[in-house]
Amino acid sequence: MLPSLVIMALFMFYPLIRAAWLSLTNYSFFGTSQFIGLGNYSRLLHDPQFWGDLGNTAYYAAVTTPVSVVLALGLALLLNRRGLPGRGILRAAIFLPAVVSLAVAAIPFRLMFTPSIGLITYWLGELGIHATDWLSSTTLAMPAVIIVGIWKNVGFYMVIYIAGLQTIPREFYEAARIDGASAWQRFRQITLPLLNNTTMFVTIIALIASFQAFDQIYVMTQGGPAFSTETLVMLIYRQGFQNFSMGYASAIGYVLVLIILLFSLLQMRFFSRRAIRY
Amino acid sequence: MRSATDIPVQVPAAEARPPRSRSSRRILSTGWALAVGIAAAVIIVFPLVWVFANSIKPENEIITGNPGLFSATVTGSNYVQAWDAIDFPRLLLNTVIFAGGVTAASLTFDSLTAYALARLEFPGRNVIFVLVLITLMLPFQVNLVPLFLFLSDLHWLNTYQGLILPRATNAFGIFFLRQFFMSIPKELEDAARVDGASEFRIYRMILRLSVPALLTLGLFHFMYNWNDLLWPLIVSTNSSMYTLSSGLALFLGQHVIEYGLIMAGSVLAIVPMVVAFLIIQRRFTESIATSGLR
Repeated sequence: MLPSLVIMALFMFYPLIRAAWLSLTNYSFFGTSQFIGLGNYSRLLHDPQFWGDLGNTAYYAAVTTPVSVVLALGLALLLNRRGLPGRGILRAAIFLPAVVSLAVAAIPFRLMFTPSIGLITYWLGELGIHATDWLSSTTLAMPAVIIVGIWKNVGFYMVIYIAGLQTIPREFYEAARIDGASAWQRFRQITLPLLNNTTMFVTIIALIASFQAFDQIYVMTQGGPAFSTETLVMLIYRQGFQNFSMGYASAIGYVLVLIILLFSLLQMRFFSRRAIRY
Repeated sequence: MRSATDIPVQVPAAEARPPRSRSSRRILSTGWALAVGIAAAVIIVFPLVWVFANSIKPENEIITGNPGLFSATVTGSNYVQAWDAIDFPRLLLNTVIFAGGVTAASLTFDSLTAYALARLEFPGRNVIFVLVLITLMLPFQVNLVPLFLFLSDLHWLNTYQGLILPRATNAFGIFFLRQFFMSIPKELEDAARVDGASEFRIYRMILRLSVPALLTLGLFHFMYNWNDLLWPLIVSTNSSMYTLSSGLALFLGQHVIEYGLIMAGSVLAIVPMVVAFLIIQRRFTESIATSGLR
């Protein structure tokens, strides 16, 4: 236990305090450091880049989270039915993206979106839609990285949903069927309410993951074009490790902490409530 | 050439003849469910199949507008080039050491701490547990800058210990194992204690009872670190220390128009995890499922 605490103290709490201190200075890796109080935070409030990136992050989360959760639930319902031939293989195929590196898997996606060689623009061209380069369009680049984000996680959430579905006793459905409930009624009255906990859990982990989006964006667009896909974590990376404004990057990090803490507290409340119920 | 474009549409169409299912009061019949399931699986796996199909095409065929799956000539030359250009053996070795090292260290330290928090009485135990819970909620990105500076002070950038040690213990792991240890009946260890077993032996006994939880957690640590991009990107500034993810991402930045090379490189990087997954597939999905319910 002691080594664990030492490691946590050294690599978690010490950096956390150092980050707090850094966020109050104008430290840059090569220059000198001065205490500037809340200077970085007031700079943040007046930085259109920060607000733009916060908006991008919110946009990413607002689309990725609900779409992933709904798709995952749909697929779980589909692949949980008894007697569906090959459902094990289908589940494995849909889960597959969860085990591969998002950064590496984003490479094929980037190429598929490249007009000269990519399939996606080729298909759209065949359908008579003029080939555009999604990744260099300020309106289409974000949907492209969102698609990849959903692709990566939908199978993971599906597996959690399948586990949730399997805790629902079959008798409930049989009773409902005898009472003449339609398939839709059974879904609305039995499945959905009993999956409430699973849905909460999946939604919260999906939200937290969305707020930390980085990998596929780094590979596909580097936050461009014109910063239209730059998220908060991208901004931390760019300010801290490309511009070396490390004080400023630390301040952005604390904003991210605040956002994620908010969602984590929701998660904690959800867990404690569930602990009481069972 | 064109046939590739038809695949996601064609497969469901072929399966679309629904055998009339006995319980007709379902939203979808089994046949349609199968069709939709296959369509979804094909769409999801397609990018990986596509990149493989294109990685065995000659470069000139890739750029002359043949984006489909099939090619007139099959070549391994992209792989031969990519193997050396990305220094695949080196990246693989680094990734195995990084992900394996973090997993081994973290399982050891997590389980020791979890044991102490679950079973031992000592002052400050609750404070420590609360600290673990707080850590659980912090995004690691907030620590990127100070950790980078700290490792740089220690001259640990571009070293394995720099990559591994900051991750050698993990709040989620401690929390997860503590919950599991708490569920093990206390009578067992009381009996062992009466028999005069040492604290360490009791710890080992609890570990043996927790093998499924340890496997699950180990799988999580391994997969997460194997796939991680941001952390290795920051700690290694020298190409000999890149992992598969960071190495490929940076390689792409420099060789963006050598399509065949990049495609072969990404296939090489994806294959180890896919193979591992296919071997222990059931374990994988069960692990995810249990961790979600816990």
